[in-house]
Amino acid sequence: MRYARPDTLDKALALLADGPWRVLAGGTDFYPAQGARPILDDVLDIGAIASLRGITSTPDHIVIGARTSWTDVVRTDLPPAFDMLRQAAREVGAIQIQNAGTVAGNLCNASPAADGVPPLLAMDAEIELSSASGIRHLPLADFIVGNRRTARRPNELLTAIRVPRRSTLGGSRFVKLGSRRYLVISVAMAAARIVLNGDHITHAAVAVGACSEVAMRLDALETALRGVAVGEMDPVLADPSLYDCLSPIDDVRGSAAYRRRAVVEIVSRAAHGAVEAAGMKAGAEEAA
Amino acid sequence: MSPRIDIAFEANGRPASASVAPHARLSLVLRDNLGLFGTKVGCDAGDCGACTVLVDGEPVCACLMPAASVAGTKVTTVEGLANGTLHPLQDAFLRHGAAQCGICTPGMLVSAAALLERNATPDEAEVMDALGGVLCRCTGYRKIVEAVMDAGGTGMTARASNTPGHVGDAPPRLDGAPKVLGTDRFGADEVPENCLTVLVVRSPHWRASFRFGDLRGWAGTRPGVAGVFTAADIAGRNAFGVIPPFADQPALADGEALFKGEAVALVAVEAEAAETLSLDDFPVEWTPLPHTLSSSEAANGFGHDLHPSRPGNVLLEGFVRKGDAQDAIDAAEIVVSGRLDTAYVEHAYIEPEAGYAFMDGDTLVIRACTQSPFMDRDDTATVLGLPPEKVRILPAATGGGFGSKLDLSVQPLVGLVALRTGRPARLVYTRSESMASTTKRHPASMRAEIAAGRDGRIAGMIFEGDFNTGAYASWGPTVASRVPIHASGPYHVPHYLAKGRAIHTNGPVSGAFRGFGVPQAALMQETLYDELADRLGMDRLELRLVNALRDGQATSTGHVLESGVGIAACLEALKPHWQRALAEAAEFNVINAKIRRGVGVASCWYGCGNTGIPNPSTIKAGVSRDGRVMLHQGAVDIGQGSNTVIAQMFAEALGVPLPALTLVDADTAVTPDAGKTSGSRQTYISGKAAEKSGRALREAILRHANVSDAAAISVEDGALVVAEGEARRRIALDALPADADGYVFASSESYDPPTAPLDENGQGRPYAVYGWGAQMAELEVDLTLGTVRMVKITAAHDLGRAINPVLAEGQVQGGIAQGLGMALMEEYVPGRTENLHDYLIPTIGDVPPIETILVEVPDAEGPYGAKGLGEHVLIPTAPAILNAIRHASGVAIDRTPATPTRILEALAGKASTRTDAA
Repeated sequence: MRYARPDTLDKALALLADGPWRVLAGGTDFYPAQGARPILDDVLDIGAIASLRGITSTPDHIVIGARTSWTDVVRTDLPPAFDMLRQAAREVGAIQIQNAGTVAGNLCNASPAADGVPPLLAMDAEIELSSASGIRHLPLADFIVGNRRTARRPNELLTAIRVPRRSTLGGSRFVKLGSRRYLVISVAMAAARIVLNGDHITHAAVAVGACSEVAMRLDALETALRGVAVGEMDPVLADPSLYDCLSPIDDVRGSAAYRRRAVVEIVSRAAHGAVEAAGMKAGAEEAA
Repeated sequence: MSPRIDIAFEANGRPASASVAPHARLSLVLRDNLGLFGTKVGCDAGDCGACTVLVDGEPVCACLMPAASVAGTKVTTVEGLANGTLHPLQDAFLRHGAAQCGICTPGMLVSAAALLERNATPDEAEVMDALGGVLCRCTGYRKIVEAVMDAGGTGMTARASNTPGHVGDAPPRLDGAPKVLGTDRFGADEVPENCLTVLVVRSPHWRASFRFGDLRGWAGTRPGVAGVFTAADIAGRNAFGVIPPFADQPALADGEALFKGEAVALVAVEAEAAETLSLDDFPVEWTPLPHTLSSSEAANGFGHDLHPSRPGNVLLEGFVRKGDAQDAIDAAEIVVSGRLDTAYVEHAYIEPEAGYAFMDGDTLVIRACTQSPFMDRDDTATVLGLPPEKVRILPAATGGGFGSKLDLSVQPLVGLVALRTGRPARLVYTRSESMASTTKRHPASMRAEIAAGRDGRIAGMIFEGDFNTGAYASWGPTVASRVPIHASGPYHVPHYLAKGRAIHTNGPVSGAFRGFGVPQAALMQETLYDELADRLGMDRLELRLVNALRDGQATSTGHVLESGVGIAACLEALKPHWQRALAEAAEFNVINAKIRRGVGVASCWYGCGNTGIPNPSTIKAGVSRDGRVMLHQGAVDIGQGSNTVIAQMFAEALGVPLPALTLVDADTAVTPDAGKTSGSRQTYISGKAAEKSGRALREAILRHANVSDAAAISVEDGALVVAEGEARRRIALDALPADADGYVFASSESYDPPTAPLDENGQGRPYAVYGWGAQMAELEVDLTLGTVRMVKITAAHDLGRAINPVLAEGQVQGGIAQGLGMALMEEYVPGRTENLHDYLIPTIGDVPPIETILVEVPDAEGPYGAKGLGEHVLIPTAPAILNAIRHASGVAIDRTPATPTRILEALAGKASTRTDAA
């Protein structure tokens, strides 16, 4: 096996141009997947590439570098639309995992239960893929193509996640449903971002994870919420037909039937939270 | 061997360097290259946090960090916390009893140290967020939270009644300092020179016959492989088992494997070559055979007897009959009945099994984690064809056991390799290997009927339970016999019929797990009591009080207990809490519709020690010529505290302060057999032997000094001083003759509980001492998500006499955390959940405040009135939680764990039933 730890992106891309490598970033998925088996693959450790770490702004985007850890996300001052990503960050494993694991690695690992995916979907995030021959951008929804499968080509490196500024409007909330308090893989999770005009919803972005092979936006629900007064969103949120796009499965964490029922509730809680964060009380939810 | 790089970093303030594979896990670099064994490895997957270290001040899992990324950083491990004196956190952990077995302690301390650096005065929620990534299986976390807040100056200080360390005092555990310093040595923490690494080839099938290919050819072409060993290399009887008449489990399967994960071959390999050795192409050919994982299928129609001598796959049926239960039920005014199923539960100690063996002359020495050194010695000797005295067991510190480390694991395997190669041989189970190959709690499938009169008095009860005992016997016979005795609960049941069957399947071997099947049976009985109370229109606590066993009444086995029956006292102690909790729940539920508060209660009783068969302990002690009082304390301390409480009882009996004692640990060569750490027997049985031994030593000294029993003994400057009134006599020890052990005065006393075997109806005196308890759970059920939030547990346990109240509370809290897990989240799915992220145990955020009430109804037999406690504390928790869920939501859960999926399903069922009825 070979082990490379380049200190610049160019060196990393040159290595990738040369043949397939297994990319190691935070290690929090790499080592668990490896278990006790010997590591025989060539490993490209991107941990020394300083330029990939951190969150920066451009006129059009907020850009999360590929080596940015969950803790970095928590500690960075970001618009309220990012609250859901920061809330997700605090729910990934526990502090040890958040300090080492990266947001980008969470996407590349492409688990259906990846906590980072719904918030980033709800911000229309795009993926920057770099190779020696150039850069291409893909919507996140097109990047993760299946359970543990992405559109990354062997010669490419995910170098950044970028969020369009137009998608950083509104308030947001992430709700994770798990069977214990810490260190838990989600049974299901929901992220909602809502933009208000007065007490009306002008835009809703809602994404759900662990209820389909790849986390997804609930387009029909978003459309149905648009233009609705905050005080009248509950019947919309409770309409089961708006969740028909989901296809949950039975596994050790919960049954498909359970997920179908529970997702309606966690989406509702996320939506209420997002409305609240957007500066609007959503009515007497606690008295329901 | 992988390529190597040289890395330099700072470890605990000192320069460190190592030549390592760049992808080597930091945890291994710290341990193997730098000898910093305080950093523990529990899962190698970031699931347990035992390996937490600080890198540049931030907590990370060292098992997930490549060595290459550590170059140039500052790493802090547990060894770096103390600075000449204990770190305030280490001191607080000791004072609060926050370390039990100690395997999670380094990860907890390091995580807490990072927190206090940023936030010197954290609140409880902040402590939980900081420590949420470290699992503990012993303590129930509450004392850890207390200790961190105390160290930060925001919590209560610990109770300080440390001197003289006698019965009823709360000295910090005597073996505690190495646990908080990270210097305690567990099974994986020693690597002898020139040591071979042992890897195990395991069956990938539930049941399969197998044939090996060219083993010699395979080994010869693999670098560093020193040997391959199979059943053919086993010289003795290749069948071990904790109960000799049932011993049936091969150390290495011989031609047919009966469960997935069963060991079939060993590969002994040089340590460095082990890094790159793959067993994927090991030459073995499998032929899968019909299998079943279901006990009902195994007993009905499976058509294959897994053990020819056990027709229908029934290992054993236990049976207890008193009066005529069916008649009583037929005649009764009110009858409730139900079924309840439970899951496989994994012990999930944070230390996977580990140890090594080496030859000392012609004696095979094994150092490994264990709960039962003498049983390990005898069984390993049998398997390897050695006389018992040619095997010496030197227990390592044991990172939790809870029953599973009673059975052999690594011992015969490392023993075989050491014996055959003459070299030290070491084996450290991976987490998945530990989970796949070692024992579990029996899944139970139970039904019961309970009848009562309108006054609430129980008239009769019938109980039947099938317990899936897996592929081999292990403790299945014990479960089958303990359950029918205890399934009545601690109540007076005049007419009683109970059967418990242990049934073989191709599932993992079910063995001992805190309570031997009684926690499962208590779920059945205690949930039916709630239904009965509802039918009677009676308060649920009151129903239990009305039926609580009293002094002078007979148990299910007709054993009339003349004194010491403490269940009513426990229930009475809960009464004010019960009234408060019911009122608070009612108030809460007036204003909350989606989230409902509930309260539940359940009781326990549990006989201490073996069931109706001998169960002796021996405790030896001596005074050396240099004036040290040596206590040979062979009752293995797996975190529960026997090193401390047995020493406290001995010190009291001898009449010296606790610090005067020097402990000699369990070691089959020098410390007599104090029996196994099992059956809640050490405080009672080994404690009684320690009391007798202390008195005997005292008498010997007083006789020598020719003084009365009123005299005081003290140790001063290497001499014994005996004082009576004004008279003071100094015994110059170095002038007196010493025995072969070097002791001037010595004692060795045994104690065996007075029990009797049960008769053909299961009647008799199976135990000499019982412990009693009752717990109350308060919780909230989210009706739309099916989730449960624990609010509080109140636990009243009659332990006869609290030898060390802080350690006793630790037992209560730890047992509750395990019971909570069993109730709400723990379900081992064979072949699917062999890791700690699919198999969930409670984290620090899942255990609510616990109020512990130690009730002391003295026992006439136990030492200083003490009874057992360790297993009792788990028994009432799960049924109290299920009863609280029912109280909150109106639905009875008949399958544990009560996951959100099952609760919501039950709620939906109730809703549809209501619709149907409308």
